[in-house]
Amino acid sequence: MKKILKRYRAFLVVVAAVLVLTIFNYELGMKALNITAYSLKEMILVIPPIFVLLGLLDIWVPRETMVKYMGEGSGLKGILLSIFIGFAAAGPLYGAFPVAAVFMKKGVKFSNILIFIGAWSTTKIPMFLFEVAALGTQFAVTRLLIDIPGIIIIAVILAKLVSKNEIKKIYQNAENFDH
Amino acid sequence: MNTALYIVTLSLLFFSYYKDKKKTKMALKKAWKAFENILPEFLVVILLVGVLLAVVNPEVISKIIGSDSGWMGVVLAAIVGAVTLIPGFVAFPTAALLLQGGAGYMQIGAFVSTLMMVGVVTMPVEIKYFGKKLTIYRNILAFIFSFIVAYIIGLVVT
Repeated sequence: MKKILKRYRAFLVVVAAVLVLTIFNYELGMKALNITAYSLKEMILVIPPIFVLLGLLDIWVPRETMVKYMGEGSGLKGILLSIFIGFAAAGPLYGAFPVAAVFMKKGVKFSNILIFIGAWSTTKIPMFLFEVAALGTQFAVTRLLIDIPGIIIIAVILAKLVSKNEIKKIYQNAENFDH
Repeated sequence: MNTALYIVTLSLLFFSYYKDKKKTKMALKKAWKAFENILPEFLVVILLVGVLLAVVNPEVISKIIGSDSGWMGVVLAAIVGAVTLIPGFVAFPTAALLLQGGAGYMQIGAFVSTLMMVGVVTMPVEIKYFGKKLTIYRNILAFIFSFIVAYIIGLVVT
């Protein structure tokens, strides 16, 4: 019980803050709670299948396969696959992090994981269609064409900025996520 | 989109169950553990997003970056995009409204780019997986990169 309270401490603090906000500004507080309920509904809809897919991936796909396609020495193939998986994914950015954790467990190269996060964050195939409809083909295509080299460059810089030791720690941390 | 995700997940799950009951059980157990592990952070993020969107609605955004032009407008647009987290199907129509309201393509480019790539409110989740250092570096680089995106979009899109 104490452990649960400790883990949810930050959440409880934010809940209390929102309740105080609601007392002082009823309209704003209710609006915030309504939007929260809406996002919660969205989360409940999208997140469970992502985690189930991750569980299945973790159990069924052997580490060697993932290493071969996306690990050290996977080269251009690994980069393209990382971009493609990021683009084809569904859900908000925070859904990408658990996927990254399983990729780490399976020995995917660090820069490929960063490219995957970048791709997930910039666009998705269904989102791209939305963007075209709302802002025009020229806007959406230009953004996509700048983003592809952009996410690769950002990934390379990030991989250089952190030490081997730090990367090792991040990978070890990923091992503990389903225990 | 969600339907497709569910169809794929359920068919793989049934296939897995047909192949090996025990392994499927293990996969589901892992899925639940991984989810439960990050749930406190998820809940914090969702509440913060609720408060943010209640305060920063499209009208407020258009007041901040609507009629502004030039680099100051781009900077403000980038900041607004970085701190907010709006689902794409709301964000793009909002951006279209901002365009009609007088914002330039450069500002919208910065706004859309940081909106997608920089996540200040989602940082608690990101830190749990990647650590503080990498999370902060990634968000800063993505923020800077958004200005390049804005600049090129300003040049290309008319």
